[in-house]
Amino acid sequence: MMSSSNPNRLNASVRPGRIDRTRTIHATVDGRAVPGRPGDTLASAMLAGGDIEVGPSIQRGRPRGVFSADCTEPNALVQRLDGDCPEPMLPATEIELQDGLRVETLSGVGWLSEQRDTAGYDKKFVHSDVVVVGAGPAGIAASLAAARGGARVMLVDQHRELGGMLLDGQAHIAGHPATEWIGRAARELAENEQVRVLTRATALGCYDHNYLLIAERRADHPDAPPSPTIRQRLWHVRAKQVVLATGAHERPLVFADNDRPGVMLASAVRSYLNRHAVLPGREAVVFTTSDSAYSTALDLLGTGARVPAIVDTRPEPPTRLVEQVRAAGAHVVTSAAVVATGGEHRVSGVRVRGIDGNGSLTEWSAEFPCDLLAVCGGWNPAVQLFAQSGGAVRWDPVVAGFVPSGAGGRSARVVGAARGTYDLAGCLAQGFASGAEAATLSGFRTAPPPVPQVDGDRQASRPRPVWLVPDESRSPEECTEHFVDQQRDATVADIHHALGTGMRSVQHVKRYTTISTGLEQGKSSGVNAVGVLADALSAGSPGEVGTTTFRPPYTPVPLALFAGRTTGRLYDPVRTTPMHRQHVEAGAVFEDVGQWKRPRYYPRGNEDMHAAVLRECSAARTGVAVQDVSTLGRIEIVGSDAPEFLDRIYTNGFAKLAVGKARYGMMCGADGMVLDDGVSMRLAEDRYLMSTTTGGAAKVLDWLEEWLQTEWPELDVYCTSVTEQWAAVAVVGPDSRTVVGRLAPDLDVSAESFGFMRFHETVLVGGIPARISRVSFSGELAFEVNVARWYGQALWEATMTAGSDLDITPYGTEAMHVLRAEKGFVIVGQDTDGTVTPVDLGMDWAVSKHKDFIGKRSLSRPDLVRQDRVQLVGLLPTDTTTLLPEGAHLVEPDVSRRPPVPMAGHVTSSYHSAALERTFALGLISGGRQRIGEVLCAPVGGRDVEVEITSPVFYDPEGARRDGPEQG
Amino acid sequence: MVADGNTPAPPERLWRNPEPKRNYDVVIVGAGGHGLATAYYLARNHGITDIAVVERGWLAGGNMARNTTIIRSNYLLDASAALYDHALRLWEELPEELEYEFHFSQRGVLNLAHTEQEVRDARRRAFANELNGVDAEWLTPDEIAEVCPILDTSPNLRYPVLGATYQRRAGIAKHDLVAWGLARKCDEMGVDFIQNREVTGFLTDEDRVVGVRTDKGDIGAGRVGLAAAGRTTLLTDTLGLRLPLQSHPLQAMATEILEPVHPCVVMSNHVHVYTSQAHKGELVLGAGIDTHNGYAQRGSVHVVENQLAAAVELFPVFARAHLLRTWAGTVDVTPDASPIIGPTPYENLFVNCGWGTGGFKATPGAGWVFAHTIATGAPHPLNEPYGMERFTTGALIDEHGAAAVAH
Repeated sequence: MMSSSNPNRLNASVRPGRIDRTRTIHATVDGRAVPGRPGDTLASAMLAGGDIEVGPSIQRGRPRGVFSADCTEPNALVQRLDGDCPEPMLPATEIELQDGLRVETLSGVGWLSEQRDTAGYDKKFVHSDVVVVGAGPAGIAASLAAARGGARVMLVDQHRELGGMLLDGQAHIAGHPATEWIGRAARELAENEQVRVLTRATALGCYDHNYLLIAERRADHPDAPPSPTIRQRLWHVRAKQVVLATGAHERPLVFADNDRPGVMLASAVRSYLNRHAVLPGREAVVFTTSDSAYSTALDLLGTGARVPAIVDTRPEPPTRLVEQVRAAGAHVVTSAAVVATGGEHRVSGVRVRGIDGNGSLTEWSAEFPCDLLAVCGGWNPAVQLFAQSGGAVRWDPVVAGFVPSGAGGRSARVVGAARGTYDLAGCLAQGFASGAEAATLSGFRTAPPPVPQVDGDRQASRPRPVWLVPDESRSPEECTEHFVDQQRDATVADIHHALGTGMRSVQHVKRYTTISTGLEQGKSSGVNAVGVLADALSAGSPGEVGTTTFRPPYTPVPLALFAGRTTGRLYDPVRTTPMHRQHVEAGAVFEDVGQWKRPRYYPRGNEDMHAAVLRECSAARTGVAVQDVSTLGRIEIVGSDAPEFLDRIYTNGFAKLAVGKARYGMMCGADGMVLDDGVSMRLAEDRYLMSTTTGGAAKVLDWLEEWLQTEWPELDVYCTSVTEQWAAVAVVGPDSRTVVGRLAPDLDVSAESFGFMRFHETVLVGGIPARISRVSFSGELAFEVNVARWYGQALWEATMTAGSDLDITPYGTEAMHVLRAEKGFVIVGQDTDGTVTPVDLGMDWAVSKHKDFIGKRSLSRPDLVRQDRVQLVGLLPTDTTTLLPEGAHLVEPDVSRRPPVPMAGHVTSSYHSAALERTFALGLISGGRQRIGEVLCAPVGGRDVEVEITSPVFYDPEGARRDGPEQG
Repeated sequence: MVADGNTPAPPERLWRNPEPKRNYDVVIVGAGGHGLATAYYLARNHGITDIAVVERGWLAGGNMARNTTIIRSNYLLDASAALYDHALRLWEELPEELEYEFHFSQRGVLNLAHTEQEVRDARRRAFANELNGVDAEWLTPDEIAEVCPILDTSPNLRYPVLGATYQRRAGIAKHDLVAWGLARKCDEMGVDFIQNREVTGFLTDEDRVVGVRTDKGDIGAGRVGLAAAGRTTLLTDTLGLRLPLQSHPLQAMATEILEPVHPCVVMSNHVHVYTSQAHKGELVLGAGIDTHNGYAQRGSVHVVENQLAAAVELFPVFARAHLLRTWAGTVDVTPDASPIIGPTPYENLFVNCGWGTGGFKATPGAGWVFAHTIATGAPHPLNEPYGMERFTTGALIDEHGAAAVAH
């Protein structure tokens, strides 16, 4: 009945399986070819070929075998080698067999490759009325019911096809094989445009307010296109209602040498038989605590395997099951347990002892040869998603598992095996009812469809969990071969060791033993550990011990999936101004300022930054220079209360600012520390245009909105970011008036007509509407020309043309920094650091004494009026060529250098100055304004740099240059 | 470094599980790292052993069990550097002193700078560290690549790495083992750990605290020290004592066990993520708080996405590592993001709170100074600047502010 290349593959007449027998495909495991069929998993193909053993265990090097057929697999972990980038720690039970699949087996540790992952990952954000997680009978039923009600339904399942555990068995629905019912349901759902069915998609997380995270595998399976653009997709779904039909995981049993290859979950044996037509062993002992494993025994017998014994811990298993298996040729040993396994690389037989009502071994014993031991320790409802979102679980002694407590916990409803309902009729009934209810609650009133007749399925009788099958000779403390977590090589002895130290909490025991910290995250080991612990503590039930915390993700997923497209070029949007291309063509070197790329300097020929900046500064001081200032944040503030609002936001007054004028403003946090600054214009009685620093724009808008929305909702004010609606250039220098005059022929740019801190609207050459202001961040005569963003390039071109005979020089942020520092103008964030007040900066003139504003109260606190607070000063190195490093600290010349060395302050800005023909710096020095003329030391790289404290205004202190040269 | 998933040979005994007495000289509320270290140093430095540490859950099950285990002391401000470096020096002594291997690994911490302003800020911090006697180096991208070859230091990154500060003495430790090691020594010295008992309020005699109320009966105390992190205000509120604290979720996450690949700790503020590889082999990642307030120990998924995008951006090699588990703790954050350690307006009530995201690395230092404060009734010189009166005087310790403001 077996084929030779796949000795364990059943003939189609015995079991068709859900595989494509017309094609043979090959994977490579540890360099050996493993043939199989489309529809196989890597594990089923290995088993078909007779390979059950996988990599040895992580710490003790014990032989291990394929143990499960699902995501709880502890042993069959592989490193995937095919494709563009190796991937660690994948369960062979979850990998779909493909031609060219190449893996190596692992021992609980994976590795990362230096090969770059070039695969595509993306995300999708959707809304849905009803999301159903799990496409077993309950989930399918829920989806059908909700969809028939007209709701937008999303059905999500981690496998390649719908059906869930129905595909592992041979149930009948309405008189036909369940697969026919599944097929009809799948067609109905596919034909309904309101329904989206996502297969190969795992719900990873269930967050507050019905927010679900779903990982969809679009590659690495036989149905995928040859080179899929997107390997995996992360779905973010906000649902009105969630139905969790997540099923249950079978528990292993804990007995001596329970990790021998050939020991396998009973449900896994059944899954391999029915889904993959693979018989993992010819002679199988079944060891169970509940009814479900009888189906495994019957399926085994039905395919010609021998079943030497069904070992049931219960004294009285249901008579009908006992008779069924007896009729099929196997006999049941009751009140018994497997106490030992024989064999080395494969189980060769088991020893069975009687077990009494207290869980102690009786004298009765027997031995059975076998090459497969199918174990069923009961079932754990898959409550992970439910519990992640805050749902509480309770121990249900009838189903012997942790189930959702209450009617459905938070807004998710849990149905079917996930709430401990294991009979098919019950699952269907719950599914239909919950689907109809979910649809109704999301606005689509509907009634549940009638539940079809189901054959050969009864409510399970009560299981008898045995958490620890006693060792024949050793005490629990010595049970070093009773594995609770095979992946972590953790045993009953380890749990007892933890208890011996004084630990009582399951959380401590988990951390001490590392049980449940592997890939399965406790899906299989968790409740057994709780059970062993409950026994050891003589707790009444596992419920008294409780569970560890369930956390997302449900199954492990690559970090790259979470990153999605947010990587490389798209990691963070690059913002450029409309003039960016012109800067590139001019050879600009760029700097990141917030998300913006700003020209830092424009080298000519072989200039380095130093030379370029000196030249750019000279141009601004002696001729004319131009900078793209489009990146400055702009927020339009509109409303009848806008003047009052700005008065509260800025430390200085804006309510009385006349329309047509601009004013420099400074804003503080509630702590009185400088937050941002900029020039704001009053466009109309109820309208201002605020400018912010380039990097601070978003933060300032958030700040304004926070006050408006949470503190002052009564104010009639609206804020709108208009940064990207404008393009602007600063035209700076003695010749700027000439250039702007040419640029704006209709505008009288004379000092008399166009005063400092005024703005005018006009039309530029070429018909470009513009708003021109007279503001200066350099101390020179300067104009800022603002146009609609669309005209940015034209503005730049026009400006360059207007100044071409004057050698108009584009300058970058570095020259801008030097120019403003020569004037002692601060850059918020560079000369301030969140601990500096306007007064510290010597900007008392910008702090109103009359009105209230954010931070005002803080400014009068004792620490903020200390005389020895740091204050902004100028710093001149005694050696005029020495450049102080920014960030260097200053100390008293005579102070001991044994740490901790008292620091007087630090250098915030430091440059070479063309105008001063020397280096200079700004700094924040304790009591600095009282110390002008004194000398301090900056210890730098093992030597001291001598520095004189000066006024922070180095250039044109009387402000003579602001209005430009005399006209005439 | 071996990724064998091993933990060291466990001790035979860690702690008793006693019934509480009616009275103690000192009751510490919260058996987290700071509560344990406080009890330890009360016994070790001050000879006070009649102590109960009362814990609503399981010992060291709050933020102590949930942090990314980074230890460093390269802080900018004098008050911070002094406190954290004191802690680091204690960390260096503790493995021997506790006779407990807790995988304290001084593998070095890189704090990356990605913008010109971050370079200025980082160099300023390194200069300050040097003068404060805290080890600090400034590394260029090439030097960074030598320390951490898997970090992408190419200029093609969206925010290229322009440099980093490097503190060689910094590193990581296994948080659980630290707690267990401290608990074991405390237990040996007679400290009672009372787990699964929630302190719900205080016994007071006018302005004097004389004990605590719990969900299972009152316990008298000569002095009470709060080390309850995110839940501090729930307790101080019962006295009408308002503390400037906001509780936020702080998330962290780990991958499966991987062969050693990451030799140090890397922290980036700008591309916001912290990464290291635990002794067992998991990559451990974290970043900033969730902005909303909450006690639920659950965070938002977009915060996780941002961190992982940052991690993959900086470490392309992480792309196919698997996210195994995400979790959250509850951190209490003050307006200046520095802790409050000191007396309260209530006699015999002392607080240690507001550690925000920085608590683990300070564990022994916090315990040392808080024990001093409780034992003597007055702050240790190291925590003198950390009293709650600073929010009235304005003498803030605004490490966050000083560290980074965009421009």
